[in-house]
Amino acid sequence: MQGVWDWFRWLYDQYGINFSVFYDPFDRSSVLGGLLTTLKLAGACLLGSLVVGVVMAWLQGSRVAPVRRAAIGLVEFIRNTPPLVQLYFFYFGLSPFLSPVDPHTGLAQPILGAYLWAVIALSLYEGVFNAEALRAGIDAVPQTTIETCEAFAMSRWQTFTLVVLPLALRTSLPALTNNTVNLIKSTTLAYAIGVPEILSISTQIWADRLNVLEMMIVLLAVYMLLIGALTAGMGTIERQLRIPGFGGQGAAR
Amino acid sequence: MGIPLPAAQPLIELHDIHKSFGAHKVLAGISMDVRQGEAVCLIGPSGSGKSTLLRCMNGLVLPDQGTVRIGPFDVGRIRHDRDKIAMRKYVSIVFQQYNLYPHKTVLQNVTLAPIHVLKQDRAEVEARAHALLAKVRLSGKENSYPSQLSGGQQQRVAIARALAMRPNVILFDEVTAALDPETVGEVLATIRELVEEGLTCILVTHEMGFAREVAHRVYFTDQGVILEDGPPEQIFGAPRHERTKAFLSQVL
Amino acid sequence: MSDATRPIGLPGIHRLFSPLVVLGLLGVFGASTMATLMASADSGPRASTLWLLVKWTPLLFQGFLMNMLLSVSAMALGTVIGAFWGLGQLSDIAPLRRVFWTVTQFFRNAPWLVILFFVMFLVPFEVRIAGVTVPLPDWLKAIIGLSLPVAANFAEILRGAVQSISSGQWESAESFAFSRRQAMWLIILPQCLRRMLPPWMNLYAMLTMTTVLASIVGVQEVMATVAKVNGAEGRTDLLLPIYTYVLIWFFAYCYPIARFTRWLEQRSA
Repeated sequence: MQGVWDWFRWLYDQYGINFSVFYDPFDRSSVLGGLLTTLKLAGACLLGSLVVGVVMAWLQGSRVAPVRRAAIGLVEFIRNTPPLVQLYFFYFGLSPFLSPVDPHTGLAQPILGAYLWAVIALSLYEGVFNAEALRAGIDAVPQTTIETCEAFAMSRWQTFTLVVLPLALRTSLPALTNNTVNLIKSTTLAYAIGVPEILSISTQIWADRLNVLEMMIVLLAVYMLLIGALTAGMGTIERQLRIPGFGGQGAAR
Repeated sequence: MGIPLPAAQPLIELHDIHKSFGAHKVLAGISMDVRQGEAVCLIGPSGSGKSTLLRCMNGLVLPDQGTVRIGPFDVGRIRHDRDKIAMRKYVSIVFQQYNLYPHKTVLQNVTLAPIHVLKQDRAEVEARAHALLAKVRLSGKENSYPSQLSGGQQQRVAIARALAMRPNVILFDEVTAALDPETVGEVLATIRELVEEGLTCILVTHEMGFAREVAHRVYFTDQGVILEDGPPEQIFGAPRHERTKAFLSQVL
Repeated sequence: MSDATRPIGLPGIHRLFSPLVVLGLLGVFGASTMATLMASADSGPRASTLWLLVKWTPLLFQGFLMNMLLSVSAMALGTVIGAFWGLGQLSDIAPLRRVFWTVTQFFRNAPWLVILFFVMFLVPFEVRIAGVTVPLPDWLKAIIGLSLPVAANFAEILRGAVQSISSGQWESAESFAFSRRQAMWLIILPQCLRRMLPPWMNLYAMLTMTTVLASIVGVQEVMATVAKVNGAEGRTDLLLPIYTYVLIWFFAYCYPIARFTRWLEQRSA
């Protein structure tokens, strides 16, 4: 490993190509820390967005008209507004209301930090796309299958969890993969509210070292690897879940 | 000749059933009784409301007017989920298109409702499911998926799935209509066994030979009403109504 | 993105806006009222947040116009570049196909913000063409930065549309002695245009919502204007209403596009 680090130092000394992240231990650990934050953020948002997606898809199919309409309205609103503004809305707009003033110091103590607000905002934003994908999958489940569940006395909840959702998930998987790729891309928005994810760390490094091009290459390589790994992983899941003879194509975004 | 008919009180009573879908009147005043252990066939032209009538017998379709009583249940007035579950356990159904759960194995298809709905013990349910699959001659297919089976095999899984509920009545909705001719026989043989064992069966069917051979009673429906009913030898041998004659001459 | 649950007609204005915008307006109204109440609790002659929103609307609108400019220009540029990339992927020269495929995948999968940074930092602030110095202001660079992912997405749309035309069309063109180029331009592409319109419009709506990223790299669009307003007023109770206000603007612009797109999809389905 040391040989690799030395080679990058030599590259810098010899040609001025400054991949400081590879030879400088401090930069290296900052970038790794940023990468870890990005990964954690993406993981948390993935979970969150799936939960939001399932819940919203379920609510969109509710038999109670006001609930259904409110869910559809919320999905449309979130889908058709900029995620960055949503993030600001939560972090700058809503957070002050959730920051009780400490009686001893007189300072406002935010309940949630930037990282958690980013998780909430991005989970909601990507979640509504998942809801849309799942909704398409749910609508593709034949009415006769649902009738069968009813004939075997399953409750609506049992029908949804035991039959409809597992079928819908398989149909929606390509669209969900697509949404997850977009989710990873949109974690960069957290930079705007100061979450120290990898883009944020990179801007600090290139501000110090003026090696914008080199850092950009590293950054883009990281995202390509992340998304490549994700796509491969989702492809594996898709193959594992495939039922012989039962297929369907999902909506693309 | 039919299988000997046990005498008993009516298990199912339908009284003056009416049902419309929008402006389309599907059932226009149907009354019928089915007794314990009876095998009843509903025949008639397509669109005569047979399938809707069948669905009224387990509450999948609620009539606009009239009453449906099945065993202890007044189907139109079930309020509690507990009673609904008990009613659906009492009356099970097999569909034309099998409607198996495509993401579940054969065994899981059979055990899903008993385990999750009836909350029965998994090991016991699985043992019963193996026995039922043996009965429908599908031993060894437990871990296949529905889409890996032929139509006839899928339909027999659907019958095993219905039997796994330990129902008092099974409804069969044109269960051979979607099958290849060569697999129809295996499904009918299975149903025949059930009738011989004394299970109450109500069949919507186009298999006139089968109806004649197995049914205790045949109902001819057309345009939402029962035009005539009686023992098979009467309906097939000496139909009284013109439309029955016309229908039978077309299909036989 | 299909949506089979709702019947879709060409949306009349009232149907388009009724439940959703009422919801949104209630949101901003509630937020402003809440903020006003807080302001009055503080006492003192402070303007209500609602009044502040009205007061700053002309300036915010100017910012929003910049977003429109960015989105329309980046869309135009991206569509032209993307058409090249997309046709490149359909070329019968294999290496060419691979190069364009790689370029497309790269810009499709890289985060928009990173590409934007990339262009902002690495494109000079002026270029000399034939002895004339042409300045490249930030907004122009932002247009370039935004157009690259647009191009990649459009290339995919184009490729998808061409590949969705049945092979029978190619065969029949060939049997009438059209060259591959003629077949593409005279027979295949005209059929693609209609299929490409809905996803193209989706892409435009998405781009419009992405233009706010330009504020991060210093372009004076609506979010940068919001930051200025917040700086000038220095009131935390204004934050929630003003972000809601901007959200509603974007919604009012993008939602009709989304609805129209869905209508087109339904009609062709």
